Amino acid sequence: MKNKNFTSKEMMVVSASRFLKDDDIVFIGIGLPSLAANLAKRVQAPNISMIYESGTLDTKPERLPLSIGDDELSKKALAVISVPEVFNYYLQGGKIEIGFLGAAQVDKFGNINTTIIGKDYKNPKVRLPGAGGAPEIAAFCKDTLIMLRQTKRNFVNKLDFITSVGYADGNNSRDKLNFVSNGPKAIITDLGILEPCKVTQEFILTHIHEGVSIQEVKDATGWPLKISENIITTSSPSLKELEILRKLEATQN
Amino acid sequence: MTEFLSLEKAIQKYVKPKTSVALEGFTHLIPHAAGLEIIRQKINDLHLFRMTPDIIYDQLIGMGCVSKLTFSWGGNPGVGSLHRFRDAYENEFPNKIEFKEHAHSAMANAYAAGASGLPCAIFKGYLGTSYPDINDDIKFMKCPFSEEKLTIIPSIRPDIGIIHAQKADNNGNIWIKGISGSQKEVLMASKKTIVTVEEIVDIIDEKNGGTIIPRWVINAICVEPNGAFPSYAEGYYNRYNAFYKEWDTISKDRKTFNNWMNKFVLSTKNYTEFFKKINNEE
Repeated sequence: MKNKNFTSKEMMVVSASRFLKDDDIVFIGIGLPSLAANLAKRVQAPNISMIYESGTLDTKPERLPLSIGDDELSKKALAVISVPEVFNYYLQGGKIEIGFLGAAQVDKFGNINTTIIGKDYKNPKVRLPGAGGAPEIAAFCKDTLIMLRQTKRNFVNKLDFITSVGYADGNNSRDKLNFVSNGPKAIITDLGILEPCKVTQEFILTHIHEGVSIQEVKDATGWPLKISENIITTSSPSLKELEILRKLEATQN
Repeated sequence: MTEFLSLEKAIQKYVKPKTSVALEGFTHLIPHAAGLEIIRQKINDLHLFRMTPDIIYDQLIGMGCVSKLTFSWGGNPGVGSLHRFRDAYENEFPNKIEFKEHAHSAMANAYAAGASGLPCAIFKGYLGTSYPDINDDIKFMKCPFSEEKLTIIPSIRPDIGIIHAQKADNNGNIWIKGISGSQKEVLMASKKTIVTVEEIVDIIDEKNGGTIIPRWVINAICVEPNGAFPSYAEGYYNRYNAFYKEWDTISKDRKTFNNWMNKFVLSTKNYTEFFKKINNEE
């Protein structure tokens, strides 16, 4: 592997941030999605509207928030609305273009688990925080982006628990749920980018990050990962992207 | 009739074992002082509601006050797990708790339905997820007009609703500004309500927006400056993020947790003393 001047986490955050365009309306989960969206706002998308589930609309935080309801988000927001309003009028009412989610686990159809690891709901191996706003973000935003580190434990063939729906069982089964939204557009990881197959909606590897081998990605995936015939190597973070990202991360107190 | 009471008296009067209580707050204005007073009075067998049970719920759970919890996200925001919550869920420690799990949208709608005097909430949600398999409160119905499949859950009408607000006036009207979560809905949905406030003013004269909730839906008002700490009260103090991170270490181990609770909560006689003590040590 070549010597790189950036970490795999930085590569993941930068490649996720590049999905966001100026003027996008984005509903943001805390953690990695918040970091990537805030980076995009400082690089190519200064006019992006960021919405957090605490009801902070079009917020412009100067430092990274620790939680979805930090005072920084509230003080710098265009408006602050109640939580029932966020979920009913903005998400269920279809006013958001992009939902940006993290996950504990995903499966090959982009369904997400953030609830429990283990087969027995009452006696799980690990109790995770649960749903929060994720099921509605996944169901009602026009498009969704998912980002998480890629390991065999996180990328599973079948989830123990479906917290938020991606493409359900694939092969257009999501359509039967009558969502007006499109489903997950990409899963961005520290190894590459996966996108859904147009026919089966199974996620396949379409981009690989510089210095990562295809075997490495396969080994970090819990299903037999298909590789796109036209696989692209992601362009490395620019100096500007890295500099802004590092400055941004340093603002989290 | 709104009464101005000490927090000690208000909790004593309204929060009894086996009652259902929602101490709501969505990152902002979390009623920590009220939660700690429940612990201090050793009230147990409570059915708690909260969309985002966080540190104060971790403390109530760890101290054995809770027998049932209805929730939609149980974590330490931006930090990780809630260890006392997990210990109760995974190991039934310190006692068995019945967990009723929802998503945020469901709970927000259930509070709004409760506030509106409805027996149930109708919304779109849970389709394709595993939640209907683990929560038998989640039902589906066909819209009689459009035939669309809709989700239906019981409304939430807690015995007691508790929130923290920035101000009350002399008549007992309260004022909130900033992130307000589902607090208004909780006050409207609950049979009795307690509001802790930063201060009491003669007249609420705010030209910069905010929400006023009238005195006739509030039973008790208690003045507790810094009552939301380590959460925040916009215009008064910021979120103390460092403590949320510290809580991870304090709560991870049962003994460390108990020592901390003994030292700061059980050995102080009220919230003012607690706040002074914790600030001297931080």
